[in-house]
Amino acid sequence: MRHYSAFAVAREGLRYHTGWERAWRSPEPKRRYDVIIVGAGGHGLATAYYLGKNYGIHNVAVIEKGWLGGGNTGRNTTIIRSNYLQDSSAAIYEKARGLYEDLSQDLNYNIMFSPRGVLMLAQTQHEIRGYQRTAHANNLQGVSTEFIGPQKVKEIVPIINLEGPRYPVLGALWQPRGGTARHDAVAWGYARACSAMGMDIIQQTEVTGVRTHDGRVVGVDTTKGPIDCEKLGMVVAGNCSVLSEMAGFRLPVESVALQALVSEPIKPCMDVVVMANTVHGYMSQSDKGEMVIGGGTDAYNNYTQRGSFHHIEETVRALVETFPMVSRLKMLRQWGGIVDVTGDRSPLISKTPVENCFVNAGWGTGGFKAIPGSGWAMAQLMATGHSSLAEEFTMTRFREGKFIDESVAAGVAH
Amino acid sequence: MLILKCPYCGVDAEETELAAGGEAHLKRFGPGSSDDEFHDYLFMRENPKGVHFERWRHANGCGKWFHAARCTQTLEVFGTYSAQVTEPPQEIRDAITAKRPGWTWREFE
Repeated sequence: MRHYSAFAVAREGLRYHTGWERAWRSPEPKRRYDVIIVGAGGHGLATAYYLGKNYGIHNVAVIEKGWLGGGNTGRNTTIIRSNYLQDSSAAIYEKARGLYEDLSQDLNYNIMFSPRGVLMLAQTQHEIRGYQRTAHANNLQGVSTEFIGPQKVKEIVPIINLEGPRYPVLGALWQPRGGTARHDAVAWGYARACSAMGMDIIQQTEVTGVRTHDGRVVGVDTTKGPIDCEKLGMVVAGNCSVLSEMAGFRLPVESVALQALVSEPIKPCMDVVVMANTVHGYMSQSDKGEMVIGGGTDAYNNYTQRGSFHHIEETVRALVETFPMVSRLKMLRQWGGIVDVTGDRSPLISKTPVENCFVNAGWGTGGFKAIPGSGWAMAQLMATGHSSLAEEFTMTRFREGKFIDESVAAGVAH
Repeated sequence: MLILKCPYCGVDAEETELAAGGEAHLKRFGPGSSDDEFHDYLFMRENPKGVHFERWRHANGCGKWFHAARCTQTLEVFGTYSAQVTEPPQEIRDAITAKRPGWTWREFE
């Protein structure tokens, strides 16, 4: 892999850009790998990357039925924050946020991490108390957040309407080191780094079966034939129920559609991320100038990667209340992704009933921000059999009543 | 937009008129059941990519609960039926079989 640098841009400029290589190889699958990761989204590629980087495991295949980064990694609203209530959540999301800070240097690929700050608006008395509690918890966890009053909110976001028709803005939870990153680049950067370590990223290949022997995983069947493996990692988000059924166990998740939309590009008007959970919408401005808008999930099981119109209406209504200036914006495009939601709204990074088969799923509506931390913990779990970051996120926690309850803390979109 | 026919008032209700109530035909386990049964009843759902039985309430209409059979992969609706049954009636099963031969759901098919 040739290093990307200012010098490389100059060199290629002098020879009409004829020397750029493909960022990753597209090999045919080998007969056998030490580790197979199913799902070449952010989490799967990050898992492979940290297996190689932290544990020297390079004989790895990442199998993807579509194209890499084409699922939820390419469909989210790119928000990165770590202001969670529970200790185990704050630990893994803060690990991820910390890794994002220098991920561009680490991967030699510009992921455009922009720690512009994330505001979560408090619009009811209940939310004020909730966010003050979160701010105190974050202080103890070493996550830098602060509860601020409405005047400070107005200073940070001049376009906001503090006296909305339904809910006034009463304050906000402010995480200055939260922000956004280029979601596609995160997948591409990890893919390039994995490929450079000799890992095979096999796209357009669907896993059709999981082969086990004596309760132990031995390989997968794919549309390109069977492939053997020592260890298997399932990192397929919305389709994790389908894949786990192939391996003969069930997961405590349900798949629903979450959608987002972007407006036409406009001049810079808001340099932070704003989330309004009571009226239920969130917005940031991309580097191209589009307002990136997200809202809630559909309430019913769905695998179609399509959203529904009335959710767009609800989300846009919430944002027009909060930011009256967006009322005349045209929306450019809209899309949906399938998210896998657990009962406590926290992920599963876990061993499974099948030996040497591991699962990383259940990130629900908030997986993008966690990609580096999730990959880090999953790689540790797969390589060593134990990860302190992932310890609490086992799939048996429901049986034991050890919930990591973020549904109350986060309320909705997170 | 999803449109379900309410089997009670006969209205073709749009999604915004309805409230989703999750998976249908759960077998309830309480005191005296095993840990596994109770765990599965509380947390495990079929979450199929395909035929799905679910509960809905005609919230902004007659207010009654009912059942629906739907495909989660295509959003096709196979039919709606009464809430007063523990398994889908034969005509619903036939309607599903006509379009999805070989479908299964827990102990009945």
